[in-house]
Amino acid sequence: MIRVVRDVTAPVLRLWRRSVQLRVVGSTVVLSGLAIALTGWALLGDIAQGLADSRRESAVAEARAGLDRVQSQLVAGVETEPSAASQAIAQLVDSQAQRGGGPRRHELVVEGPLTTEEATVPVRSSSGVSARAVPGDLADAVRDDDGVFWRYARLPAASDGGDDPVLVVGSRLRVPSTGDLYAVYYVFSMAEQQSTLALVRNALLLAGVAMVAMLGGLALLVSRQVLGPVRLARRIAERFASGNLEQRMHVRGEDDIARLSTSFNQMAASLQTQITRLENLSRLQQRFVSDVSHELRTPLTTVTMAGAVLYDARSRFDPPTARAAELLLRELQRFEGLLSDLMDLSRFDAGAAQLETDALDLAEVARRVADDPVLTRKGLRVVVRGADRPAVVDADDRRVDRIVRNLTTNAAAYSGSAEVVVTVAQDDRCVSLSVRDHGCGLDDDQALRVFDRFWRADPARSSAGTGLGLAIAREDARLHGGTLRVGSRVGEGTDFVLTLPKPGGDARPPALEPMGGHVPVREDV
Amino acid sequence: MSPRRSNHDRVLVVDDDASLAEMLTIVLEGEGLTAAVCRSGDTVMSALSAFKPDVVLLDLMLPGRDGMAVCRQIRTQSAVPIIMLTAKSDTPDVVAGLEAGADDYITKPFKNSELVARIRARLRRTDALQEPLVFGDIVLDPTGHTATRAGQSLDLTPLEFDLLACLAGRPEQVFTREVLLQKVWGYHHPGDTKLVNVHMTRLRSKIEDDAENPRVIRTVRGVGYQAIAPD
Repeated sequence: MIRVVRDVTAPVLRLWRRSVQLRVVGSTVVLSGLAIALTGWALLGDIAQGLADSRRESAVAEARAGLDRVQSQLVAGVETEPSAASQAIAQLVDSQAQRGGGPRRHELVVEGPLTTEEATVPVRSSSGVSARAVPGDLADAVRDDDGVFWRYARLPAASDGGDDPVLVVGSRLRVPSTGDLYAVYYVFSMAEQQSTLALVRNALLLAGVAMVAMLGGLALLVSRQVLGPVRLARRIAERFASGNLEQRMHVRGEDDIARLSTSFNQMAASLQTQITRLENLSRLQQRFVSDVSHELRTPLTTVTMAGAVLYDARSRFDPPTARAAELLLRELQRFEGLLSDLMDLSRFDAGAAQLETDALDLAEVARRVADDPVLTRKGLRVVVRGADRPAVVDADDRRVDRIVRNLTTNAAAYSGSAEVVVTVAQDDRCVSLSVRDHGCGLDDDQALRVFDRFWRADPARSSAGTGLGLAIAREDARLHGGTLRVGSRVGEGTDFVLTLPKPGGDARPPALEPMGGHVPVREDV
Repeated sequence: MSPRRSNHDRVLVVDDDASLAEMLTIVLEGEGLTAAVCRSGDTVMSALSAFKPDVVLLDLMLPGRDGMAVCRQIRTQSAVPIIMLTAKSDTPDVVAGLEAGADDYITKPFKNSELVARIRARLRRTDALQEPLVFGDIVLDPTGHTATRAGQSLDLTPLEFDLLACLAGRPEQVFTREVLLQKVWGYHHPGDTKLVNVHMTRLRSKIEDDAENPRVIRTVRGVGYQAIAPD
């Protein structure tokens, strides 16, 4: 049930939050409706009061006149019999009942004589009314005191079973000869006032609703006038943000909207200039790195070939020259590695790196690493775990191979560990591959910097590798939408976890966390 | 063009860089090959007819005319194996070079041994085919390395001939790209499947009736290729 309510209200609330127009129109309608209802209510009260007051005044006057008339008749017949008095009153009632051709203005109820000892006071009333019409407290007041009293009451209507509002005016009559008291009540119908009031109320209601509707419409119109340009600005800003830097707002007139457009256009122009400048710079730099690399390659090739020729002939040299030939070739190879790493990084930086993905089983990759002769030659034992069932992702075989190779050779070169454990783990979203050594490990500061370019844990061993391997490995992982994380403890070893998303999956969170929790490296999300 | 099996196979080095060209000559001659240098793209054609190389080493960064154009020009007249020397390892450039007609490529800088291995691989023809192979209406004749389909001569390069012979030698067997690399290119080059892809496209364009819907060499998705004898 609550869910259903939420299902209905949630989209409405969202619309309310998102649309300024809806809020403006909504609050205008609600507030103006409230104001108009309040005014209408007060007005209606005043009118009702006025109607009732004027009716009461005329009713009381009429009743007084009638009473005076009866009283004077009673005084005139002062010498008559007591029975004659009650007769006169009966006549009064009857005459009232039969009077006039038009609709009767009032009904009459007479009780009395009140002084009688009998339990029930005799009552006479005109045809359209009964003694029940007289409110009890009015009857008490009339009996106890001289004077004219009035009350509002409701009578069951003759026709439709509803209530009719009435005004009951009552007073005491004294028969001078006997001293008998009679209570006389005039019952005036208020139906006419009631219907007038209903008419007024309906008119007010109609006018109120119409006014609220008009105000709502007005608010819609005004808000549209104000919001139209704002919405246009939003669309243009969105297009601008999505890379269409030529987008500008149309400036018309000199009002606030025009000033907004002008400012927007100035901002857009300055952004466009900046972006274009940066793009050019980045293109130039990328071009430069690429050119340098290309230009370096041809002489480097020649030198490397020459170095190899010298190296092959080293047995014919004296020992220092032979050693020089060895060093020459070794450093040339390092230079080559550095150059190709720099090229790769410059491609990443320029966003020019491209993936050639295919279905790739990371379990297969792990097994392949275990059989890598380069590692076994270095005396490294690779233990593979979790590679017994396929763990397939869409990936670039060459890049993934490069990452894993980099992690294992790092483990071999830097950690001083004789064994590397490669673990494959997966869930339904991603596959993680961990490369864990049991070497010296890294402290937190070192782990933080491990992916930095040209950073080495041990500067004394700077001759091995380029210092760019992990930076490239991380870029490779990112290119796949994956992550490369590190966890390490001094004395316990280091654990790198490569996580790649399965098709349609996500690499966060990874299927496997690095040992000791991953160290959140800069720019790491 | 007849294959030589002598120790003096001839390599034409097309490279504008004097030092590199000379160094290449030194290394190749050290390996017992005969090398000649051609310094510009404009003189390649005359060098080709004068020297009659068994393999061409073509530097893609040639001035005057770009390497791709030279490659295409050689292909109009000769089926000689071409190995590109490229400083670009970017896939689009490599693919463009292969499409221009190169059989293989090697990225600068390279190891001498690797260069020699590739040249030898191009010189060493597939020996699997000892006698003419009849494959549907396709006939492969190993003696002249000629191929015909329904009597019509198919203008295949030696590499394409070897590729087709490899697949047709075992009809309906599925060959992975790795296996083809090893059997036809003659060395193991893991993951470099674009070599196979580009040459397969070129081979198909020559032997298939409709290269878009190949019937002779079919792609087995996710695995590799297989040859089905045409009717």
